[in-house]
Amino acid sequence: MSILVDKHTRLLVQGITGREGAFHTGHMVDYGTQVVAGVTPGKAGEAVHGVPVFNTVADAVEATGANASVIYVPARFTADAILEAADAGLPLIVTITEGVPVHDMLVVTNSLVQRGITLVGPNCPGLITPGEAKVGIIPGNIVRPGPVGVVSRSGTLTYEVLYALTERGIGQTTAVGIGGDPVQGTKFVDVLARFQADPATESIVIIGEIGGTDEEVAADYIAQHVTKPVVGFIAGRTAPPGKRMGHAGAIISGGTGTAAEKTAAFERAGIHVARHPDEIAAIVARLIGA
Amino acid sequence: MNIHEYQAKRLFGRFGIPVPAGEVATTPAEARAVAERIGGRVVVKAQVLTGGRGKAGGVKLADGPEAVEARAREILGMDIKGHTVHQVLVDPAVAIASEIYLAAVLDRGQRRTTIMTSRQGGVDIEEVAATDPSAIKRVTIDPLVGLQPFHGRRLAYGIGLGGAQAGQFGRIVAQLYQAYQSLDATLAEINPLVVLADGTLMALDGKVNLDDSALFRQPELEALRDPGEETEAERMAREAGLNYVDLDGSIGCLVNGAGLAMATMDVTQLCGGSPANFLDIGGGAQADKVETAMRIILRDPRVKSVLVNIFGGITRGDEVARGILAALGNIDTDVPFVVRIVGTNAAEARAILAGADMRTAPTLYEAAQMAVAAAAGR
Repeated sequence: MSILVDKHTRLLVQGITGREGAFHTGHMVDYGTQVVAGVTPGKAGEAVHGVPVFNTVADAVEATGANASVIYVPARFTADAILEAADAGLPLIVTITEGVPVHDMLVVTNSLVQRGITLVGPNCPGLITPGEAKVGIIPGNIVRPGPVGVVSRSGTLTYEVLYALTERGIGQTTAVGIGGDPVQGTKFVDVLARFQADPATESIVIIGEIGGTDEEVAADYIAQHVTKPVVGFIAGRTAPPGKRMGHAGAIISGGTGTAAEKTAAFERAGIHVARHPDEIAAIVARLIGA
Repeated sequence: MNIHEYQAKRLFGRFGIPVPAGEVATTPAEARAVAERIGGRVVVKAQVLTGGRGKAGGVKLADGPEAVEARAREILGMDIKGHTVHQVLVDPAVAIASEIYLAAVLDRGQRRTTIMTSRQGGVDIEEVAATDPSAIKRVTIDPLVGLQPFHGRRLAYGIGLGGAQAGQFGRIVAQLYQAYQSLDATLAEINPLVVLADGTLMALDGKVNLDDSALFRQPELEALRDPGEETEAERMAREAGLNYVDLDGSIGCLVNGAGLAMATMDVTQLCGGSPANFLDIGGGAQADKVETAMRIILRDPRVKSVLVNIFGGITRGDEVARGILAALGNIDTDVPFVVRIVGTNAAEARAILAGADMRTAPTLYEAAQMAVAAAAGR
């Protein structure tokens, strides 16, 4: 079992002929993901790594039965691309693109939530169900199938944790990068609910960072609804207030969003908090007796 | 990106919000000339991108051109929380009956915009929220529907305004929301919105935070960036496409990925050191980008050692290692480096760096310990 994506996922790639889109399509195909279609306006009839290209998402869905999309188009075209995928009826849309305007995402996320469509991202590494499907840019060689669900706002920090788990022989059900933007399609609680409901997920790793209050909301949710052991880490203890730390959403503003507050919320919720990233895999190993 | 008060008020004025008819000056003589044009009593206000200007002595009333010139001379060049004052705003002084707080702000958690107001203007909203939360009235705007007139009425009556004043307040709420949306702002704040002696309202101070991701479609706003508010290192990094933040420690950090870069800083502190910077070289960085990153770190004389932490995913560890060596070949430095590369092609990377007599470590924690020890020995 897994969440969100598996070997039955029929993936469509928006922006497939671009540099990023083409490169990562190759990796997704090599991993064994069923990449059934690509979309780039004006490039219908071409193929990328053997994947047929269509002008519109609607055309691609009609021809291939795609049921999920991953988006690599430039930031200024991203809101349009997400809404096009939603309009074509795709229930899962994963947006890798960084730098999408916040006001675009306000409109897009509210529209998708109303329609019950799952958007992951933007500004995220995507998700991977080891051995089944890779949707996005998480390296396939650092994961293996197993019992741990991973959810994170980060990219490479997540890779670190996946790599450390895999090195210890601890595999993952699904790893989900929800992205580092202030307005996201999928929040921690959405993923936590899915991991709690997934019988194959035995424990959960949650990696947060400074900015916003989603970690606090996640902590409340875990205290009330999650019965599986949870290991947590918050990045940005040394970040100064008022400065954006790389991610658009990683900023302490008006005195809120600090790592200290988030860590305290995690601890109150009974989450096993790691002091540094190397500890995360060690704590998971101890908890599951691996 | 943040902009100055005078820029925010000019923008607000364009959306119909009443603002004082002041002008900005960079010299005492210019300030005097502005005061002569305005006539009467004026207020001279330091233009720096930080709060607490009043308490720091950066806002002063002045009567007559001589006094204005003197006040401007005092304020220009002043240091306010590490920001040097290069400009002052000279505004006509007004008789204030009372002060209101009004702002449109992004609510990340709800994925909405909140408009909030309070009769306790002129102080930080965080302070009001802590001491008298019921004094703050809020409405939440659904971005798919937009602001409606009732939102303005609820806020106006909620803080006890009535009659024509409530009507003008409602119009200002609509104008502020329009400014917030049109400018791609994440915060548009008027504090204070003052009630004048005749009962009408005027925005006496303004603050706008702009969404950096939207500047591509706001070229006019990009031009408002104040180069004086950025350090030389921060400017170099921005132009090279690196995410960089100056800190005041002694361990330079060079990392790929924002979350990992923050975690690297944190581990440095956990090991008893203190990070000199946040630096994320991004994904798939080439040797030239690595070199620029190193130059930025090494130009800081406080840097006593450098911790390189790279997770090779799609990025190959051996390529980064070669990039580091190439960069060091072009930069003359005796600052010790500790390099930790894991993930794709990490073994090859370690072999390359071992040949160059560079300290390496298998884990982030060990690497941080080594970097802290190396810095302490200098």
